[in-house]
Amino acid sequence: MVKYILKRVGIAVLTLLIITFLLFVLVRIMPGNPFPSERMTDEAIAAKREEMGLNDPILVQFWAYMKNVLRGDFGKGTSLYNGAPIKTVLNKAMSNSFKIGGMAILLGTVVGLLLGIVAALNRDKFWDVFCSVFSILGVCVPAYVFLIFLQYTFAFKINLLPYFFDSTAFLESSVIPAISMSLFTMSTVARFTRNEMVEVIDSDYVLLAESKGMYGWQLVNRHILRNALIPVVTVLAPLIVDLLTGALVVEKIYGIQGIGKLMVDSISGEGIDYNYVLALAILYSALYIGIMLVLDIVYGLLDPRIRVSKKGGE
Amino acid sequence: MTYWKGVSRRFFAKKRSVIGLIIVLVLIVLAIFGPMMSGYGYREITSVTDPSTGKVVAATGLKPQIPFLGIKGDSEFFGDKTFLFGTDDLGRDLWTRTWHGARVSLFIAFITIFIDVIIGVTYGLVSGYFGGVVDDIMQRTVEIANSVPRLVIVSVLAIAMPKGIGLVIVALLLTEWIGMSKISRAEMLKVKELEYILASRTLGASNLKIIFSDVLPNTVGPIITQVMFSIPTAIFTEAFLSFVGVGIMLPECSVGSLIEDGFNNITTLPYQIIPPIVVLALLMLGFNFIGDGLREALAPKLKDM
Repeated sequence: MVKYILKRVGIAVLTLLIITFLLFVLVRIMPGNPFPSERMTDEAIAAKREEMGLNDPILVQFWAYMKNVLRGDFGKGTSLYNGAPIKTVLNKAMSNSFKIGGMAILLGTVVGLLLGIVAALNRDKFWDVFCSVFSILGVCVPAYVFLIFLQYTFAFKINLLPYFFDSTAFLESSVIPAISMSLFTMSTVARFTRNEMVEVIDSDYVLLAESKGMYGWQLVNRHILRNALIPVVTVLAPLIVDLLTGALVVEKIYGIQGIGKLMVDSISGEGIDYNYVLALAILYSALYIGIMLVLDIVYGLLDPRIRVSKKGGE
Repeated sequence: MTYWKGVSRRFFAKKRSVIGLIIVLVLIVLAIFGPMMSGYGYREITSVTDPSTGKVVAATGLKPQIPFLGIKGDSEFFGDKTFLFGTDDLGRDLWTRTWHGARVSLFIAFITIFIDVIIGVTYGLVSGYFGGVVDDIMQRTVEIANSVPRLVIVSVLAIAMPKGIGLVIVALLLTEWIGMSKISRAEMLKVKELEYILASRTLGASNLKIIFSDVLPNTVGPIITQVMFSIPTAIFTEAFLSFVGVGIMLPECSVGSLIEDGFNNITTLPYQIIPPIVVLALLMLGFNFIGDGLREALAPKLKDM
């Protein structure tokens, strides 16, 4: 098992390194002038380039950049936030995004699981129909549409919750974005749980357990849930990643100073901020690969067959 | 009964897939003919006569008027004109814009998915057929490409390319082929050792012929299913990019940019956001239903046979 984990970690780190390098090279060869001021003379620009190390070979530049990144230092922005250090801006943005995203994941998973379980245990009754309608809705309607709807109803029509994000009233103002972001996770987890449960309920060993006189919560907990939930872990990985992407628009609409909004600001404004794009791209890739890695390992821990088959497949 | 007859029988036996098919067909027809039905251009600022002053003014912010549902809207302004979905803040007819937007979204989705299928299937088949070192290199590349979040690809593209329809298409081209390549590679691995391939090879068929005329037909079913799931993803991504402001640019419109317009006017013209959202949701619904139906029809479980 340790070998399995080490190998996965190794691959993940290597992949991240390759992606970071590609991103770095791409951003460096982009056309564009890092010194937008027209008052600078050619000599001044040349001197500045030399000072910033932009004339060094790309590998040397990359090495210098990576040394800083590993210390958490992404340099300074060129146009956003008046060139404040990216690190401070990013830390605050990450804290906002992760808190709200975490709430959304928690809410979505817990409610989704419960809904799925209830639906599977009451097959073809009200909760089952509700679950399937709900999961269709969750797949068809993007999170930001839910957000707009909730914002319009509960913040504009009824003045119950804040219309925009307000960091002084964090809890109240994270209700609307957290709920709207959780709906996709909720519906997918619910549908998946329900389908897996139904399959397990129909299996022979559950029939056997039942015929031996097992019933109620004991049966559900010991025989059904345990086997039904393993596949649900696999859908969680892409869901969490989707949440990161979906958060982009949600953060933009609701005015949350998070990494998603930072990303939108850095690419869609008038002046594109290369340093922010690079920093955020690395951050997103690291998050993505990290989440995939963690869930891969969790999945391996939960289901020994995965480890064995992956080893055998080599 | 031939294989495809069985597939289509199983497909049409499911209510959901038929509903999905009808929804998609209706939406496609409306996207093609809808903009022509109103008689207004999608970027045309329409004008109406103000009944109180008798002057001709731009028809800005008129509420929807749906005669057969009895919704009158602002009909005293309309005179002999009809605005089924109303008009936006500039006086453009929302019916025309909605269906034009649907047309643009569908167009982008079809074009990109078509190219993605060609790239992905070729990649997967070649990788699976040759195996060994070729397969290793090609699969490691895919793995790396697959670990780059879509968002990162889009943001890097946004600094490399002008914003607009081209960016959306390239972003989708770069991400959606991976799924196709996995499916076709898996299919290749499944059939490559079968006797008919060996027979073909013994008879002197070239690699090219084996890949494209012996194995390719096997991938048709799974690929079509994947296409049905990729199209909504493409529409979703397009809507997302346009909403963020790097996709479709004014005065062009797509479902995503229409939702953004609606959102910007939500406090004054709340009805404006409804049509594009409904169209988006129905497109998602329709394609997902068809995809589900096809998947089940192509790989029937024993009890459905």
